[in-house]
Amino acid sequence: MKILVCISNVPDTTTKITFTNDNTEFNAAGVQFILNPYDEIALSRAIDLCEGGKGTVTVINVGDSSTEPTIRKALAIGADDAVRINAVPQDAYFVAYQIAEYAKTQQFDLILTGRESIDHNGAQVPAMIAELLDIPSVSIVKKLDFDGKTATLSREIEGGKEVVEVDAPFVASCAEGVAEWKIPNMRGIMSARTKPLQVIEAAATEQLSKINQYQTPAPRSAVKMIDADDVKGLVGLLHSEAKVI
Amino acid sequence: MSVLVYVENTEGQFKKSAFEVVSYAKTIADQLNTNLVALSIGQVANEQLTNLGGYGAQKVLNCNGIQTFDSQAYAAVIAEAATKEKAEVVVMANSFSGKGLSPRVAVKLKAGLASGAVDLPQINGGQLSVKKTAYSGKAFAMLALNTQVKVIALNPNAFQVKENSTSATVESFQPSSATSRIKVKEVVRASDKISLPEAELVVSAGRGMKGPENWHLIEDLAQALGAATACSKPVSDAGWRPHEEHVGQTGIAVSPNLYIAVGISGAIQHLAGVSSSKTIVAINKDPEAPFFKVADYGIVGDAMEVLPKLTEAVKAYKAQS
Repeated sequence: MKILVCISNVPDTTTKITFTNDNTEFNAAGVQFILNPYDEIALSRAIDLCEGGKGTVTVINVGDSSTEPTIRKALAIGADDAVRINAVPQDAYFVAYQIAEYAKTQQFDLILTGRESIDHNGAQVPAMIAELLDIPSVSIVKKLDFDGKTATLSREIEGGKEVVEVDAPFVASCAEGVAEWKIPNMRGIMSARTKPLQVIEAAATEQLSKINQYQTPAPRSAVKMIDADDVKGLVGLLHSEAKVI
Repeated sequence: MSVLVYVENTEGQFKKSAFEVVSYAKTIADQLNTNLVALSIGQVANEQLTNLGGYGAQKVLNCNGIQTFDSQAYAAVIAEAATKEKAEVVVMANSFSGKGLSPRVAVKLKAGLASGAVDLPQINGGQLSVKKTAYSGKAFAMLALNTQVKVIALNPNAFQVKENSTSATVESFQPSSATSRIKVKEVVRASDKISLPEAELVVSAGRGMKGPENWHLIEDLAQALGAATACSKPVSDAGWRPHEEHVGQTGIAVSPNLYIAVGISGAIQHLAGVSSSKTIVAINKDPEAPFFKVADYGIVGDAMEVLPKLTEAVKAYKAQS
């Protein structure tokens, strides 16, 4: 079994987000970058599925050399090898195109991603890869079992879940619940340094969208404190002032 | 030329988020001075389809040949309808299924895609500029789409439903090819539960609840209000509540009218997922809890004592109104 896990290099969840250059660029100064948490959980599931020599896990990232610590982290967690497409991502289509071009040269049974990256939140790359490869995709997967040929997946829907069956190859975007987080052990960290990391130049493609500017949310007005004995007053304010009930 | 809106149904019914996308698409069609065509996939009763005219759809394409959801098959249908109707803009909901669908439609149509849209696009000649969420609610991005066809996936609760009385004609739509390779084995939907991303009112709780055995206090308040329940990450990590309820940067982002946070300190990751809520109430026994900095109303007190009283006050208010 061969599994490809797509990983993204994103600002740490505790980062206070600011922008530079007239709000056109993310201010990366002093920001710690991490492996996108949803991708990490997809990777954990891939490693579980391949445990005991049942297969190999390749991670792929589209990014410049600055993303290599994140790629090494994925190798330390337990991926067997890694591919970096050497380009700064332009938009989701660009990233999906690069990954699809690479996947075409290989025979992956499963392509796993996180449900979305925590920087752009587009949730676009997984389904785009699938469309470019003309294979099925299942999004927001919370459970994934695979017997080598057919997979049973549970995906989130509004107010519930849907259990589906699909034959490989396919793309699944993974969410919390699909696996337990894995913490790299010392052996993993040591071996990550020597695991293969292949760098491939990007294929030419168009950019279909472009971020022109960022905005930060408008500051909220000051809090109105209400006495714990006056919950009736709160209900009144929610009705008459906030008009939400 | 036209604007095409794909309208998602839930077991044959259109819900509020469906009317939101139709209202949104109608406003764009008006801005572009063109017609709005709606597309429905699956079994939906004729009167429900005609009903979309009430929100501005002039024509409703009814593709009832596919029974279960497969993003690949659905995307083929939507792209074919978009081509047939010469759609300039394709609109759909950024729902759980929509997230798997809109990217495939965009690739098929070689269209720029804005997902997570929170406002109407700014139109500048052939370019649309769409405001969307970024950095998990900590920011917004203005995304420019320059392609001939544009796809927009609208966030739930981001656009007000607008009634717009138009008489809609329903047409049967039979796509040339749409084969499904995904077999749906089971659909589990809790009928009494309100879906979290679409909920207008949310009662959410954190470790301040001390344990899952106290959650009835949260459920009682949610029930009195008609709200969905949610929780913080430590709570879902501890297994007190299911992952589906985890709100925050690595969980679900919500934008309800009212978000009540009980016993949640307000870590930056949690606040990211709730910052676009219209009104926030924080209840915490720690007066220094960061949640009070973003809340509109705050109560310093023990959740175990405040919650029953608040539930009673809500019930009393509901009874007299």
